[in-house]
Amino acid sequence: MLAGRVGSDDLVVRGARVLDPVEGVDAVLDVRVDGGTITGLAPQVDANGHRVVDGEGFVLAPAFIDPHVHLRTPGREDEETIATGTAAAAAGGYCAILAMPNTEPVVDTSEVLGALRARAATEAAVPVGFLAAITKGQTGAELTEMGALADAGAAGFTDDGRPVVAAGVMRRALQYNAVTGRTLAVHCEEPTLTRGGHAHAGHVSAELGLGGWPSLGESLMVARDLELAADTGQPVHLMHLSARESVEHLQRAHHRGVRASGEVTPHHLCLTDEAVRSLDPNVKMNPPLRAEDDRTALVDAVRDGTIAAIATDHAPHAPEEKDVPFEAAPFGVTGLETAFAALYSYLVVPGVLRLETLLERLSAGPASIFGLDRPRVAVGARANLVLIDLDGRWRVKSTTFKSRSANSWLLGKRLHAKVRLTVAAGRVVHEA
Amino acid sequence: MTELRVVGDGPVAPPRERRHLLSIADLDRDDIERLLATARSFALSQARETKKLPTLRGRLVMNVFYESSTRTSSSFEVAAKRLSADTLTVKAAGSSVDKGESLRDTVQTLAAYDPDVIVIRHPEAGAASFVARATGAHVVNAGDGKHQHPTQALLDLYTMREAFGHLDGLRVAIVGDVLHSRVARSLVQALRLVGADAFLVGPPTLLVPSLAPSTHDIDAIADADVVYVLRMQRERMLEGANFVPSLREYTARWGITTDRIRPGQRVMHPGPMNRGVEIDARVADSEASLVVDQVRSGLVVRMAVLYDLLTAGPVPVEATMEVA
Repeated sequence: MLAGRVGSDDLVVRGARVLDPVEGVDAVLDVRVDGGTITGLAPQVDANGHRVVDGEGFVLAPAFIDPHVHLRTPGREDEETIATGTAAAAAGGYCAILAMPNTEPVVDTSEVLGALRARAATEAAVPVGFLAAITKGQTGAELTEMGALADAGAAGFTDDGRPVVAAGVMRRALQYNAVTGRTLAVHCEEPTLTRGGHAHAGHVSAELGLGGWPSLGESLMVARDLELAADTGQPVHLMHLSARESVEHLQRAHHRGVRASGEVTPHHLCLTDEAVRSLDPNVKMNPPLRAEDDRTALVDAVRDGTIAAIATDHAPHAPEEKDVPFEAAPFGVTGLETAFAALYSYLVVPGVLRLETLLERLSAGPASIFGLDRPRVAVGARANLVLIDLDGRWRVKSTTFKSRSANSWLLGKRLHAKVRLTVAAGRVVHEA
Repeated sequence: MTELRVVGDGPVAPPRERRHLLSIADLDRDDIERLLATARSFALSQARETKKLPTLRGRLVMNVFYESSTRTSSSFEVAAKRLSADTLTVKAAGSSVDKGESLRDTVQTLAAYDPDVIVIRHPEAGAASFVARATGAHVVNAGDGKHQHPTQALLDLYTMREAFGHLDGLRVAIVGDVLHSRVARSLVQALRLVGADAFLVGPPTLLVPSLAPSTHDIDAIADADVVYVLRMQRERMLEGANFVPSLREYTARWGITTDRIRPGQRVMHPGPMNRGVEIDARVADSEASLVVDQVRSGLVVRMAVLYDLLTAGPVPVEATMEVA
């Protein structure tokens, strides 16, 4: 399902705190990689003449998987390309990403999908899985050739950016998706409730006079899609959840045994709609930043596993698109290069979330939802590793991004934790 | 900045640095009192035969209007001229905006002439703070989307104080389309700052209860000293959104008619009025109406705002001299 280069690098990382919560590893160990595969994991390993990276004082963990990235290719290569988006991913500690199909043209045929996969095979810094659209042109009307697209390597299906408005179409997509075995991911938005919305419908938008995008605009669709998943017996993945009510629907569905999963973005975990008072277009996202009560519900859901994956929803925008008044600006922010540092700084440092939980939701969680190999630090596993200096402080600057866009909500902020090394599919893809 | 300046024989704190007037939320009560007092000095100067003051000679005030406006743009232009500033008014229609120029490019082009003040009106919330970030000029928000219209709120306070002699404890019913109203947002904040009470009356679909106590019962206005009537903003409503079933039904239930106004109440409206929709013509032209006073207040309040942004000192002597 992933397209990209597989490497056969040789490397030894010495003396890092190896932390793989799923494998139950937390110890200072040496790790040896031979030909792209982990062959040694012990207090002291023979370097075998390999290049040695000093990991002392750093954490070595399974690298991250981002299940929600907008690579903007094809169509908006001025905002992001496969090469720049995956370089950004590598810099953020990711060993794989999933790209959304809301491009120009939409990824709704095997031809478009095949061309993207071929380009990724040579251009991508880290492997990329391409999701295909659920409906042709993402218009919500007719199903794509989901079987053929799965055969051509689609990593899943979504109309992300838009909801599948008609319940009947959504039901049919869930039913038919049984033939693909891929994950069906949904953007939950009831458009008649969110039309004209620029920010969370709460006291901040009321005061600022911004059109409201209510929690109900999301949670009503979440409830519908969970009912459809229950009805069809087919699993559903809920993307970028933002509202407490959505989390509660997901919890109830889990209790009923409905196969459903959820993801949340770093910005919804770290910020609230109070940030919108700045009227800075870089805090304008879809779904919008919500209230503190919603944010804490999302953090709790990440902690207890109701939400198993953290996804950046990396959404690059050209400078001239965001360089406008708040209401005129498009939704979306970048996130690949800042996700771990932001979450570590905003949630782990203050003691709100354990580092182990964060690592798991950034890696094993998304892998499991999309049926990808779980990155792990274990002998015999392909090397998908991230080396992090938790004490490294850095300032987020618009000039140092690998991404082609700089519409980050963190510009100018000082963060903890620097990614020193990323190994993806046996290849060193980032060093700093 | 809280640097102290020596005036006379003792140190006094000047108004803290305020390069812009973007939102009432940026002001405190002292700011409002200072602006209203300055406006009052200017009102006295306006009673003289020669109304022009030399105060802002050599300064350039640019009015940049992306939405149609009669009273606000003319009021700012006259205010600047009465203070001897040079003025330039740019309307979006007929400018490069018609050719697709972005707000940043238009504003930067105008900023190349080094205006001291840019007065901006724009249909999108956040436009004024955008211009403040994009230029070195002092920026006055003359209305951005449904967000803020701070000089309107200031002139309304001025008008109320002139009519009642005080603001503290005044009860103000804001009636109508609050949801789409930047005037209401600024006014509610301003009234709160000066110790007056605001409440909202109108169709439930057009109220914003988190701003102030709200009711759909029009009889509630009996309790108010001021009935502040908002315009039905048909241009800001999303096509087909159907906030009220019809204008006729709106007028029947919430229109301000003579029999809904009790003696002693004063009626205000930010204009332009839809006579026969939200306000009956007989009310608009009655003794109770302060609508013309509002326009007159607009001039001196905007003079005060321009003066306050560009100077830190006391009001010039020539403005305070009363004519015998």
